This record gives sequence, C-alpha cells and structure tokens, in this order.
Amino acid sequence: MLRLEKLVKTYKTGDQALRAVDLEVPEGQVLALIGPSGAGKSTLIRCINRLVEPTSGKVYLGQTELTGLSSSALRRERRRMGMIFQEYALVERLTVMENVLSGRLGYVGFWRSFTRRFPQADVDEAFRLLDRVGLLEMADKRADELSGGQRQRVGICRALIQNPALLLVDEPTASLDPKTSRQIMRLICELCAERGLAAIINIHDVALAQMFVQRVIGLRFGAIEFDGPPEALTSDVLTTIYGEEDWEATIAKVDEDDAEIEASQ
Amino acid sequence: MSDALIAAVGRPWRKPPLVQRKWLRWTLMAGLIAYIIAAVMTIEVNWSRVYEGLERGKQFVLAFTSPDFTARSSDIWEGMLESIIMTVAASVVGIAISIPIALGAARNVAPLPVYLICRGIIAVSRALQEIIVAILLVAIFGFGPLAGFLTLSFATIGFLSKLLAEDIESMDRAQAEAIRASGARWTQWINYGVQPQVMPRLIGLSMYRLDINFRESAILGLVGAGGIGATLNTAFDRYEYDTAAAILIIIIVIVMGLEYLSGIIRARVQ
Repeated sequence: MLRLEKLVKTYKTGDQALRAVDLEVPEGQVLALIGPSGAGKSTLIRCINRLVEPTSGKVYLGQTELTGLSSSALRRERRRMGMIFQEYALVERLTVMENVLSGRLGYVGFWRSFTRRFPQADVDEAFRLLDRVGLLEMADKRADELSGGQRQRVGICRALIQNPALLLVDEPTASLDPKTSRQIMRLICELCAERGLAAIINIHDVALAQMFVQRVIGLRFGAIEFDGPPEALTSDVLTTIYGEEDWEATIAKVDEDDAEIEASQ
Repeated sequence: MSDALIAAVGRPWRKPPLVQRKWLRWTLMAGLIAYIIAAVMTIEVNWSRVYEGLERGKQFVLAFTSPDFTARSSDIWEGMLESIIMTVAASVVGIAISIPIALGAARNVAPLPVYLICRGIIAVSRALQEIIVAILLVAIFGFGPLAGFLTLSFATIGFLSKLLAEDIESMDRAQAEAIRASGARWTQWINYGVQPQVMPRLIGLSMYRLDINFRESAILGLVGAGGIGATLNTAFDRYEYDTAAAILIIIIVIVMGLEYLSGIIRARVQ
C-alpha cells in the first residue's frame, strides 16, 4: 500500500536525517516508529506527504509515485493521507467543527470553505466522527477551550474526515498524561481497525507502542535498525536503537502498568 | 572540594564591567563628559527674546482655560467632519491594501520574488515621511482632503503591512502545517491556517492605525491637505488662541475616546 524506496533527506545544514530508508507497509497495518530524538522519525513521515521535501528516493502510495508530483496532484494525494500531530496542531481560534471540517479542504472549493458552507454529507460525517470520539456536544466550542486529550481526539477526527487510506501519526501522546495517552493510542488503533487503515505512528514511549501495534520499526541515525513484531523488542534490541541503558525496567514496567490499568477498569 | 572551588570561596563577586579594558572604559567616560560640556556650551539662547515670548506662551496656555467653541463653530464642525471622513476612508482603504502586501511580505507564506517586491513597497512607504508625501500630493492634487486621504492611505500601508507581516512570520507553524497536510489549496491554507492566528493582531493594529490617522489628519492640515488641521492653522494665523484651544481639546478628546475604544475591542478579540 505504501512503499518507500531509498528515501534520503539531507537538510541544508548538512544533517543526514534519512539514509536510504526502504520500507513497505501493507494495507491495514499499524506500525510504530521508535528511535531516539533526532533519529529522523518526524522527517520520515513528513517526507511521505512532502511537508518536508525528500532529497532523493521514491514514495509509492498505492500505484502513485509521490515525490515527482506537481503541486496540484500532490494536493489530491494528500487527501488520502490523514495526519495527526504532536501537540494536536489544531487551529486554536477556530471552533471544533471548523477544525474537523478543515480535513475536507482538499475536496471543497475556496468559496465553499471561505463561507463555511460545507456539503451536508461532510457536516454529517463530522458530527458522526465527533460522536464516535465522544465530543459531539463540543462542536461549537473554540479549540483552545478543550483539554489535551480532547484536542487530540479532534485532531483524529480531522484526519479521518479526509477519508484517508493511510494515517501519518507524529507523537500523538507527547504532552498527554499516561492514562490519556493510552486512551488516545487505543482510539487510533481501534479506528484503524474499523476502517482498515494503515498507520505509521511515531512514538517515544516504547512500552505504549508494544501494547498496541502489530509491527515496530526502530530508527537510529536515519537508518532502520530494527523491523519486527513488538515481542521481539528485547533489551539488546533497544540498546542497538537507543544506546546503553538498563532496559529491563522499561519492558517489565509495561506488564505491571497494564495489570494496574486493567484492575482499575 | 576541588582546588578551583577552594580558591573561589571567600572571594568577593562583582558583576563584570560592560567594557573590559580599563583604559578604554576611562577614555569613554571622559569623552562623554567632554561631549556634554561642549554640547551645553553651544546652546545659544536669546534671553530677551524668551522674555517677550513668555507673554505669548502665557496667552496660549491661558486660552485653554477659556476655549471658544462657539465663535467659529461652523468652521470647527466642518473641519472635524472632513478629518473624520478622511481618517475613516484612509484607514479602510489603507488596511484593505495592506493585507495582501503583508501576506506577500511574510517570508513563510510568500515566494522570494513576491517577498522582495512587497518588502520594497513597505520600505518606500516607511521611508517617506507623511508631511513630505502630503506636500507632494498637495502639489499634484491641489489643496483639500483628497491629498490628505491619499497620504494617510499610503502611510497606513507601510505601518500595517510591516507589523502584520511580522506577526504572520511569527505564527505557530504547526497549526498552518496541519491545514496544508489536508490537501488545502493556498487560499484555503491562508483562510484556515493563517488568518485565525493573526486576526487579533490585525484588529488591534487597525484600531491603533485609525487613532494615528486621526492625529495625523490634524497635522496634515498645516500643509494644506484639508481637515481640522487647516482650521487649526487658520486659528493660529489669526492669533485666535481660544478657538485653537477648543480645536485641540476636541482632538484630545477624540483621540482618548479612540484609545479607550481600541482597548475594549482588543480585549474582546483575544
């Protein structure tokens, strides 16, 4: 469904963020991308929808090659890639509904969007999505009135209303508390399963990734160091990705935490 | 304790001086004092002239205790109306032109050639002082409020475009990026990703500029560009200080009213 071929990104400063990354994501697979800060995780997902221009290499979404597209063709392809951001990236001074509907901007003309007269089908779908994430009554609130977890759920609605084939998720749980983090990850993974979406999730929290995804990619200095199921993430593997540290505590903690949460529910 | 710490403990600490080299510090100090003495000595005051002038100054100040709103009330009213119309029209036109120029002058929104052109327009508008522009425009269009209106519009562009462009450049990139990622076209991106972020600033600056334009309209009258300034100038020429005082009081009240209004509006749009 998504295929990256020898994707390279070298920033103007000379930093090599990505060194010839090859990756294939099949239909409906949810994949976590882990690695230390500066390993190129954000760059990788931004190179896919070209918010960052890759230096060389190819990106195939289905049959379409993205890196060579003109700007209008790129806009059409971006509609198929929903993106969820670190710290939500909602437009704070717009209402929740406007934020959700902004996911349809690729489909409607300028005047429709300028006058906020979206097609009824889009409005209905926005209400359905807000209801699905439990924020229906917040529709006319301004985005900056919401809590962190609520904002991220609006961000999820905005990505899903694009009716994408692929979700690009950049640190969805950064700056959320542990419980909300899990709820958000669970919600993303459930929605992906419901709609058969593939997703690439950048995440710092290894334990959280292990809990929810089917496949983990470890990135270090812009190259893939690990590619396998979450169970295969041993402390040796984490050492090759992140460097020397006592990993047993991190991995063991997962199960304890989990038991605790299960018990409290 | 390390050796470095042992050496440091017990030693007094003072803020390092701004100029490190001692001789340079003292030279600068001496130079400054010499300059002040020399500067004071060059001031030439004709004390007998000041003595005569004091009387005129006293009359001017005393006129404020008995401002005359009635003797020239129709002139004042006409001038004031002209100034207000000039101010509002120039602000509306100036702001409308400023917005696209501000977008062009923000490096994170516009491509380089557009950026350079728009920055150029701003630089020209800011470099030419209002009075000079007004004199030029009065020469072209003749005496009257049209020249004043054009001058104020022109000055508004330089002011508002520059400050709005700076606000656009310092906006939150993530919010704008999120809109772009949805496949929005450029105009939609501006409308959804940029406009909401800079709207409070745009409204605040517009109110502030309205206030400045009104004050400027009083000055522009002095060079013949119409408005209350022309009335004020006439009053001074006729030594009618009481009428001049009335005009100045009205200007002060209106400026303070606008200031108060803009305060309320800015608090509301946050």
